[in-house]
Amino acid sequence: MTGVQLAAPNDAELAEVALTRTEYQHLATELGREPNRLELGIVGALWSEHCSYKTSKPLLRTLPTTGPHVLQGPGENAGAVDIGNGLACVFKIESHNHPSAIEPYQGAATGVGGILRDIFTMGARPIALLDSLRFGPLDEPHQRHLFEGVVAGIGGYGNCIGVPTVGGELYFDESYRTNCLVNAMCVGVVEQGRMMRAIASGPGNLVLLVGADTGRDGIHGASFASVMLDASSAARRPAVQVGNPFLEKCLMEACLELAGDPRVIAMQDLGAAGLCGSTAELAHRGGCGIEVDVARASRRETGMTPYEVMLSESQERMLIVARPSDVRPLQDVFERWDLHSDVIGVILAEPRFVVRDGVDNVCDLPLDLLVDGAPPRGAPGPRPAKAESHDSDVDESAPLAGPTWTPDEALLALIASPNLGSRAPVFRRYDTQLGDSTVILPGGDGSLVRVEDSTVGLALATDGNSRYAALNARQGAMIAVCEAARNVVATGAKPAAITNCLNFANPEQAHVWWDLHDAIGGIGEACRALEIPVVSGNVSLYNDTGGTGIDPTVVIGMVGVMSDVAGRCTAAFQAEGDLIALVGPIGEELGGSEYQRMAHGINRGDPPQLDIDLERRVHEFVLEGIANGLLHSAHDCAEGGIAIALAESCLLGDIGAWVGIDELGEIRELGQLGGLIEKEAGILFGESQSRFLISFAREALVRLHELAGLRRRRACMRDGVHRRAPSRGATSARRSLDRT
Amino acid sequence: MRFGVAVFPGTWSDRDCKHAVELSGNEAVMLWHKEPDLHGADCVILPGGFAYGDYLRAGAVARFAPLMEAVIEFANAGGLVWGICNGFQILCEAHLLPGALTRNGSLEYRCEATWLRVETVDSVYTAGCEHGAVLQIPVSHGEGRFVADEVTLDMLEREDRVAFRYVARDGSPVGDGSPNGSMRDIAGILNERRNVLGMMPHPERACEDLLGSSDGLRLFGSVAKRLAANGAVRAAGVS
Repeated sequence: MTGVQLAAPNDAELAEVALTRTEYQHLATELGREPNRLELGIVGALWSEHCSYKTSKPLLRTLPTTGPHVLQGPGENAGAVDIGNGLACVFKIESHNHPSAIEPYQGAATGVGGILRDIFTMGARPIALLDSLRFGPLDEPHQRHLFEGVVAGIGGYGNCIGVPTVGGELYFDESYRTNCLVNAMCVGVVEQGRMMRAIASGPGNLVLLVGADTGRDGIHGASFASVMLDASSAARRPAVQVGNPFLEKCLMEACLELAGDPRVIAMQDLGAAGLCGSTAELAHRGGCGIEVDVARASRRETGMTPYEVMLSESQERMLIVARPSDVRPLQDVFERWDLHSDVIGVILAEPRFVVRDGVDNVCDLPLDLLVDGAPPRGAPGPRPAKAESHDSDVDESAPLAGPTWTPDEALLALIASPNLGSRAPVFRRYDTQLGDSTVILPGGDGSLVRVEDSTVGLALATDGNSRYAALNARQGAMIAVCEAARNVVATGAKPAAITNCLNFANPEQAHVWWDLHDAIGGIGEACRALEIPVVSGNVSLYNDTGGTGIDPTVVIGMVGVMSDVAGRCTAAFQAEGDLIALVGPIGEELGGSEYQRMAHGINRGDPPQLDIDLERRVHEFVLEGIANGLLHSAHDCAEGGIAIALAESCLLGDIGAWVGIDELGEIRELGQLGGLIEKEAGILFGESQSRFLISFAREALVRLHELAGLRRRRACMRDGVHRRAPSRGATSARRSLDRT
Repeated sequence: MRFGVAVFPGTWSDRDCKHAVELSGNEAVMLWHKEPDLHGADCVILPGGFAYGDYLRAGAVARFAPLMEAVIEFANAGGLVWGICNGFQILCEAHLLPGALTRNGSLEYRCEATWLRVETVDSVYTAGCEHGAVLQIPVSHGEGRFVADEVTLDMLEREDRVAFRYVARDGSPVGDGSPNGSMRDIAGILNERRNVLGMMPHPERACEDLLGSSDGLRLFGSVAKRLAANGAVRAAGVS
């Protein structure tokens, strides 16, 4: 070792690499010596929350990750499921919150670039992107700057590289005023036999660095993403990378040419923590070691130190492991795409992580310590009583303030609200149709893409309502899973697997840690009950600025599979004379609802109840109804409740509806309603779960009735799927289905 | 019939064009940007995308590609060259078509359904349509606003070289509904010999009812039918 051995770093130096004094002491003890500054920086990056999952890993282990069709669970660049025809669907969601808060265009653009690389690294051609976005209210110019920049960045990258953005979600809430959230999901497809892995093997095999030159951009990105933002964060702008979608397009096409090529032993993209993160993970998965010579990496700038080369997060780079004799032909493939490639390292038999700068050995660390050695962080304290949590400022007993709306006024106010309004102004800025595969465009529930040269459809959705999770993290997380599943089910596709993005505030605060704990528990419970495995995911902590943290935000990315897209269903009402029915309970729960926010400016009470068994049976009923060709439309009843769901199905179908709800009539005649009382608002705008709004031809009524009854018996439950026809699509108002 | 589909680095509609050509019952051969060889194509498609990243000006770099030498020669000999989206931009930069495509009037990227009125049936591409027919074909571009000086615009109209115009769904003038603010709502134009067509909308995305429209297939079918009837002008250096 020629690196200069220094005395233990001071607090400022530790803060620079985001390590605590305790973690440093653990490192020095395990190492048996003081690390040099390069080693310290590398360990800081690999032990960051972003790379090591030191807080969340013990909790994530509780999630169900297996199933008969799971080909790849968590641990690789992305998860994969079997979708039939010998094909695999590869997908993952990832956050790029911190960079987007500082530099929204490039933060969002490189978030898209990063998640794309995770997918094509596995050999899969990316066929769809989705984005889950959250900002503060748009009345503030800075929020508009962030929103505008993020949307432009997503479009700028996705449109240029040529992968359609087919879905996602967009919320505005006070909770995100100081920390916006940008979560990007990518879905790809590959023949199962051509799927690539990022597992290095074979001592003596060479490591190729392909794609962009390495520059000074993004140094400490991983560490940066693992601390809170503060007033100095703007000065971290150099820690935000700059994207080049054209280069990534060339890199993607070259890598896809090599998918399934036996000469490629492993492929790994460079993401968080740059070269050190990717080389360490690649070797660690294979149980071997790796030696990297930074002098061999092509650089964008002169005078870069080994520290800068190893920690740079320059985008559009990829690692390939190959036998020495195969390197030249592989380099030829990249040269065809005008990409240069450098042999920068070699695989070692011993599990060591060695960095050289020419002839100088500048880093030598045990790989296990580097990748797996971060001391796990448990609960920072006991579970706080509810009153001590973030809702402590809310007086639950205070009378409700706000306008007294008539039903008409309430409906118009909700339709016009930023969270429920049309997303077309955003989606029309994204290429949604590239690939000749988008069968259901964004705007309804899930989007549906057809797999090339087949009839197989993939239904895709992201979902996560943080208002529910703020009131009850476990319940909110369960609802996020169920709602994402409903979005997929509404198209007629069977939920196959999920990826999740857990966005939380500072986990060193007890209530945040416990919310994280509860949310992961909720995801697990819902996924087990619905038999939907978790195959990939990402955790973004420290979404906190100056002590103001975000509400717990669980974003679920769901993939559903349909064998033939011809059998799809949409949320749009189809034909005059069709009957309309509500599947599921009528409910009147307003806790956490959009109505509560709009009418009273609050978020309180309990989130909607969730009966997970009813949820499962409702899914089965709707899927069977669609599979049997009985339904003309199916729409998830979500934010804004029955009234908004009806309005959306009408708008999508460009057709009206006549609707009567008996429970309302029991209170007062609908036509005579003056100002809404809470019970009425709850029926119209409450967000009770496990509900679909369906429409169908009159002739289908009997069979649907049978199907619902059959479903009830099969489930051996006393309380069945509620079938109500409170309405019909055209003229008279005869009730068609009785309450169970 | 054999369609050649150009592949520049950054091209992304190549696979969709191949799909559409095959749906129309024809053969597609991919043409690599580094080789000035059309592989015997009867019609060359320059597809959509961001050739060479389009960081300078859309199409400004692609016009210098080795493949373009062969394309320009082919076009000048009367061969069929069909530029779609980025391909239209490249054809303007290569001066095979007049005018230029500038940033959308909205200053935003636009991907949405548009309706095109067929303004002339006097071309291989539109001969299979009725004059005045309205086709539903989507756009996807940030720089699709067709501009030219008044003299050029008048000449295009006088010589019946406006192939398509953006209209409302019912065929009435598009007004404020234009996706890009093109002068005189022009969506596609022909060259003087009528063998080169440039259009911003993506007909290859409108070849299946499943995807919302199959109107684009009429253009592919029209080309193939005419070629079969007349005998194609084959590219020099047939492979």
